[in-house]
Amino acid sequence: MAVTDWREATVARIRPETPRAATMTLEVPDWHGHRAGQHVDVRLTAEDGYRAQRRYSIASAPEGGAPQITVVEVDGGEVSPWMVSVAREEDRFEVRGPFGGWFVWEPAMLGEVLMIGGGSGLVPLMSMLRAGAPARLLVSARERDDVLYLDELEKRELDVTFTYTRRAPLGWTGYDRRVDYSMLREWAGTPGPRVYVCGPTAFVESVANDLVSLGHEAANIRTERFG
Amino acid sequence: MTHLDGNAVAGDLAAIFTGDLSGAVATCAGCGVTGPVATVMVYEGMGEVLRCPDCDTVLLRLMRVAGETRLDMRGVSLLRWQSAA
Repeated sequence: MAVTDWREATVARIRPETPRAATMTLEVPDWHGHRAGQHVDVRLTAEDGYRAQRRYSIASAPEGGAPQITVVEVDGGEVSPWMVSVAREEDRFEVRGPFGGWFVWEPAMLGEVLMIGGGSGLVPLMSMLRAGAPARLLVSARERDDVLYLDELEKRELDVTFTYTRRAPLGWTGYDRRVDYSMLREWAGTPGPRVYVCGPTAFVESVANDLVSLGHEAANIRTERFG
Repeated sequence: MTHLDGNAVAGDLAAIFTGDLSGAVATCAGCGVTGPVATVMVYEGMGEVLRCPDCDTVLLRLMRVAGETRLDMRGVSLLRWQSAA
């Protein structure tokens, strides 16, 4: 069976991550692992035959057998609210993949990398971190309750910086605004390392433009936009 | 609706070509700029439309209609990727 063939996946486990996000562990027939940063295509078919296709990044480490995807509910979304709030263990839907050969991290890549994630843009970056990527991480979230994998990020003793764009915790002395040029100038340091940027399209484009203005080579910036 | 990028069509292109094209380098027939397929702009609607991030030229259109796949690649003057020796 080829990666491009649709296969019926079974939801083996659902774990809430935040009030608006959940991680699903999928049993996928003929799954041969993935590369950190890759995604799967998901296809849901309603009883009347209506189909919706989406892409979800894989959050688990490559070695981890059954892939895990983390889905954040999109306001007014067609598929994500079902994935987060309605889906149950043993539910089935179609999956194909994994896909993506560019927004990936491999253990053979030497040296520290920078990672900048906005909202659910943290998902593929988490796969890279779980795979052992030596990284400094900048996380942009609306508020602390929205940060995916918060406990794990803190337990991993990573060099992680948070910025809260809507509401910062009481007594917060860190960043409390959107990622901008001056934040990146302070945080990103001397250009050179590869930088992975993932998040909403406007976020990714603004961050990538600022990085280039700061002297980072475009070829070192790996981006993934999710709309 | 805002655009996505070439990572989003990795599955659809892999189903047509022999492998993952995200890292393949495309040359825009409009302005001549080259870059990885992962970095082009992707608009979804009736199928998918890939546009040059520099000059907005339509690079590729992919549509499935009535059991038929239609691929228009007039905006890509060259596509190159690593293949097995």
